[in-house]
Amino acid sequence: MDAKRVAAIIALALLALVPPVAMAADAPFYVGLFARIMVFAIAAVSLDLILGYGGLVSFGHAAYLGIGAYAVGILSFHGVTGGFAHFATAFFAAAAAALVIGFVSLRTSGVYFIMITLAFSQMVYFLGVSLNQYGGDDGLNIARHSNFGAALDLKDPVVFYYFVFALLLVFLFLGSRIVRSRFGVLLQGVKSNERRMIALGFPTFRYKLAAFVMAGAVCGVAGALFANLTLFVSPSIMHWTRSGEILMMVILGGLGSLIGPVFGAAAYLILESVLSRLTEHWQAVLGPILILVVLFSKTGLYGLFAIGARRRG
Amino acid sequence: MAEPVLETSGLTKRFGGIVATGDVSLSVAPGEIHAVIGPNGAGKTTLISELSGELKPDAGSIRFAGADISRFGPVRRAALGIARAFQVTSIFREFTALENVALAVQARAGHSFRFWRPAEREAQLREPARAMLRDVGLGERADLPAGSLSHGEKRALELAMVLATGPRLLLLDEPTAGMGAEESAAMVRLLAGLKSRFSVVLVEHDMDAVFALADRITVMVYGRVIASGAPEAIRADPEVRRAYLGDEEPGC
Repeated sequence: MDAKRVAAIIALALLALVPPVAMAADAPFYVGLFARIMVFAIAAVSLDLILGYGGLVSFGHAAYLGIGAYAVGILSFHGVTGGFAHFATAFFAAAAAALVIGFVSLRTSGVYFIMITLAFSQMVYFLGVSLNQYGGDDGLNIARHSNFGAALDLKDPVVFYYFVFALLLVFLFLGSRIVRSRFGVLLQGVKSNERRMIALGFPTFRYKLAAFVMAGAVCGVAGALFANLTLFVSPSIMHWTRSGEILMMVILGGLGSLIGPVFGAAAYLILESVLSRLTEHWQAVLGPILILVVLFSKTGLYGLFAIGARRRG
Repeated sequence: MAEPVLETSGLTKRFGGIVATGDVSLSVAPGEIHAVIGPNGAGKTTLISELSGELKPDAGSIRFAGADISRFGPVRRAALGIARAFQVTSIFREFTALENVALAVQARAGHSFRFWRPAEREAQLREPARAMLRDVGLGERADLPAGSLSHGEKRALELAMVLATGPRLLLLDEPTAGMGAEESAAMVRLLAGLKSRFSVVLVEHDMDAVFALADRITVMVYGRVIASGAPEAIRADPEVRRAYLGDEEPGC
C-alpha cells in the first residue's frame, strides 16, 4: 500500500473519531466545524470529478450547492419536511440545472467555459436574490431539519455528523469506481487530449455532459446538507466567491485524486476558522498560504504524501 | 479496378484569400497506399483534415465505401473506419503506452457509459492493445508513460492507436516527420507490413518512403493537383519534376 493510500485511510479514520473526541474534550464546536468541512468536501469531490479528471474548469459550482440548499428551504417553507423528498429534490433539481448549464457551456472550452459557467451561476444567484417570497436577499430560515424519522434525527449534531460522513464515504467510493471505469478513463482522455479522443471516434460532448450532470447532482446533495447544517439559506451560498472557494479547496487539496479535495476542504476551513479568530483580515494570510502550497506541490496537499510514490498512483 | 474506398470530387477549402485545397479529386482503391506529395503549403494537411472531418470543405464531396460522407463530422467518420495519425504526434502523454492503445480499443467497443468495472482489468481492452503494441515493436515499452517515449516510439504508438480502432482507411500525415534515418526506415518497414490490409492516404515528405510504399501518387502544388498516377509516371512527369522533385527553374 502506498503512502497516499495510507494517508487517505488515516484521514477518514480521524474524521470518524471527531465526535467522540470532541465530546470527551467538551468542545462540541468541532463537531459542527468538521461537519461543515465534510459538506464542502462533498462539493469539492464532485467538482474534482469534472475538474481533476475531465479538465473542465467550472467556475460556477456553487450554483448547485445553492439549488440543493434552496430545495430544502423552499420545500420546508411549504411544509414538506420529508428527508427523502428534500434530498431527492436537491439531487434532481441540481442535476436538471447542470444538464441545462452543461448543455450550453460544454460547447465552449478553456477561458470561455470558465466565463460561461460563472455567468450561469451568477444568473442562479440573482434568481435567488429575486425570490422575494423566499426571503430574497435576506434569505430564508428553515424551521426544522430534514425528517428521516426518529432513527436518524439530524437535529442531533452527532447523528448529523455521521450522516454527512456516510454520504462522503459513499460518494468517495462511487467516485473511485467511476474514475477507473471506462467512463472515467474516457474523461481523463478528454482532459489529456480531446482532439485525439474525437479523432478516435469518441463523441466526447455527451460524456462530458454526463460527468457535468453527475457532479452537479452530488453538489446538490452537499447543498441540502448545508441547509441542514445552518437551518438557513440565502443567495450568498451561491455567490461566485463561493465557487472560487470550492475551486480552491480542490486545487489546494490535490486535483484528480478525489480524496485530495477532502484535505483541501479541511485545510481551507480550518485555516479560515483559526485565522478569522486572530484577525479580521484573515484572507490576507490565507492567500499567501494557498500560493505557497500550489507553488511547492503541484498536486496539492494530498500530493505531499506521494513523495517517493509512483507518479500516477 | 475495384470500387474505390475513398473518392473525393472538387474538394475546395479557402482560408481568406488563400486556396488551401482547390478542386481536389482523388480516389483510393481498396488496399492501396495513395501518397500525396507536394511542397510545404501545398494543402496536404488541409486535405487530410477535410477527409477526417475536422475541417468542413467549402465545396466538393467525399464518398467513402459507396456512401456520401461529406456532411459527417469526425466522430461519425471515425466510427465508419477512417482513422487519422496527426502530423504532430497526438497521444495521451500522461497515460502509459498500453493505456493509450486500450483507450483506442475502447473507442470501438461500444458506448463508454460504463461506470463500475475498472477499465484496467478489462481483458477485452487490454489484450488487443498489448498485441497491437507488439505489432509496432513497443511490446517492451507498454507500461511506460507515453510522454517518456522517444519521438519515434511516440509516432509508432500513435500508429498503434490508429490501428487499434480497426480502421478501413488510414490517414497518415507525415508518419516519418522529425525522425532520423534509422527510425524512419523502421517506420517504413512497419507501414510496408500493413500494405494491402488497409487503404492508406499517406502524406509524406521523405521521397524514399513515398517511392518505397506508394501504389499511386498525387502531387499537389498551391492547393491544386498537378499530377496523379503510378510512381514511375510521376517520377517521369516533367511538370512534377519542375514543381517539386528538385528540378527547380532558376529565378523563382
